[in-house]
Amino acid sequence: MNQIDARGYSCPEPVLMTKNALKKGLPLQVLVDSMTPVQNITRFATNAGYQVDCKSVGEDYELTITK
Amino acid sequence: MSDPALMVGFGSSDDAAVYRVNETTALISTVDFFPPVVDDPYQFGQIAAANALSDVWAMGGAPRLAMNLLTFPRCLDLQVVQAILAGGQSKVTEAGAVIAGGHSIEDQEPKYGLCVMGFAHPEEILTNSGAQVGDVLILTKPLGTGILSTAAKAGLLTPEEHRQMVDIMTTLNRWAYEAMMPLKPNACTDITGFGLLGHVRELADGSGVTAELWADRVPVAPKALELAREGIIPGGAYNNMGYLKGAVLLDEGIPLERSDVLYDPQTAGGLLIAVPEDRAAALLDRLRDRGVSGAAVGCVRPRGEAAVRVRRHG
Repeated sequence: MNQIDARGYSCPEPVLMTKNALKKGLPLQVLVDSMTPVQNITRFATNAGYQVDCKSVGEDYELTITK
Repeated sequence: MSDPALMVGFGSSDDAAVYRVNETTALISTVDFFPPVVDDPYQFGQIAAANALSDVWAMGGAPRLAMNLLTFPRCLDLQVVQAILAGGQSKVTEAGAVIAGGHSIEDQEPKYGLCVMGFAHPEEILTNSGAQVGDVLILTKPLGTGILSTAAKAGLLTPEEHRQMVDIMTTLNRWAYEAMMPLKPNACTDITGFGLLGHVRELADGSGVTAELWADRVPVAPKALELAREGIIPGGAYNNMGYLKGAVLLDEGIPLERSDVLYDPQTAGGLLIAVPEDRAAALLDRLRDRGVSGAAVGCVRPRGEAAVRVRRHG
C-alpha cells in the first residue's frame, strides 16, 4: 500500500503531501498527528471525489484514502 | 478590586479597556502583538499595527498614542527590524496617532505589535453588548485572511492574490469608524482570531440576543472558498469550531466551505456593526463613499436557543 507519514508537519503541508502521494496510486494511507490535518485532508480528498476512512492509532490518526 | 471609573474591563470579552477620565473623556487602552503573518517585514509591521489600532475604533474611539512592542532573535538583520518598525509607523501615522516609545526584548522568533491608547466621549463608547433586536449587522471587510495566510505559507497564492490578502489586512478600520459614528450604532466589535462566528457570539451573548447571519451575504476574499474546499484551512478555524459548539446553529444546506470561512481566524479583520435598520442603508452608503466594502450580513433577533443562527440565504 502507498503510505506517507505526515506527522510533525504543520498545515498546509500534510494536504500537499497527500495530494502528491495520490499520484502514485490508491489506496493511500496517511499518518498525521492532530485533528487539523485529519479535517483538512478529509475536505480535500472528499471534494476531489475520494473516500476517506479515519482511525486513531495511539495518539496519531491513520487516514485511508480510496476511490 | 474594582474602580467605578472602569467602564469596560475583563468581564465582557470586549475589544479594549475603557476608563472614564472625566465627564467628557474616556480613555481606551488595548495591546496586541504576534509573530509574522507574511514574509515581507514592512507589510508585517503594517498588519500588526492595523490589527492593534483596530480595537480602539471598535470601541468608538480615536487612537492617539501608541507604543511599540517588539521581540526579535539576535541573528535577525537590523534592516528587517527597521522595516517592521517602519511599517508600523506608517499605519500609526495614517491612523492620526503618534508612536511615543516602546520596548523590545530578545526572543527566538520575531513578534511585533502595539499598545494603543485612544479617546472617546464616555457616552459614545461602543461595546459589544448594546445590540438591539431589529438591528442590522454590517461587516466592513471580506473574510478569509486566515485561509489565505495558510496558503501563502506554502506559496499557493499568485502575486495578485497575495496583494489582495495584504490589502485587506493593512486597511485601517479608521474609515469604517468614521462612517459609522455619526449614525450612532448600538454595538460594534472587530473580527480577529475567533473568526466572524466567535466575535458575533460574544456580541450576541453580551447583548442578550440571538445574532442571525446570512451565509450567502458574507463577503469572502477571492480564492478563499476554493482553498477551503482543498483543505487549506488553519488549525485556528477548527479550534474556533470546537469552542463554539452549542453556541452556533447552522442551517442545513450551507456548503461546508462557506461555514469554514465563518470560523476562519482573521488578522486585522473588519468591524462588525449593529445599527438600527432605518440607518443601515445610510451606513452602507457612507462606507462606500470612503472606499470601504461594507455588507449587511445578518440581523439581531430576540434571544433564541443559540447565540448565533446561520441561515443559508439572506
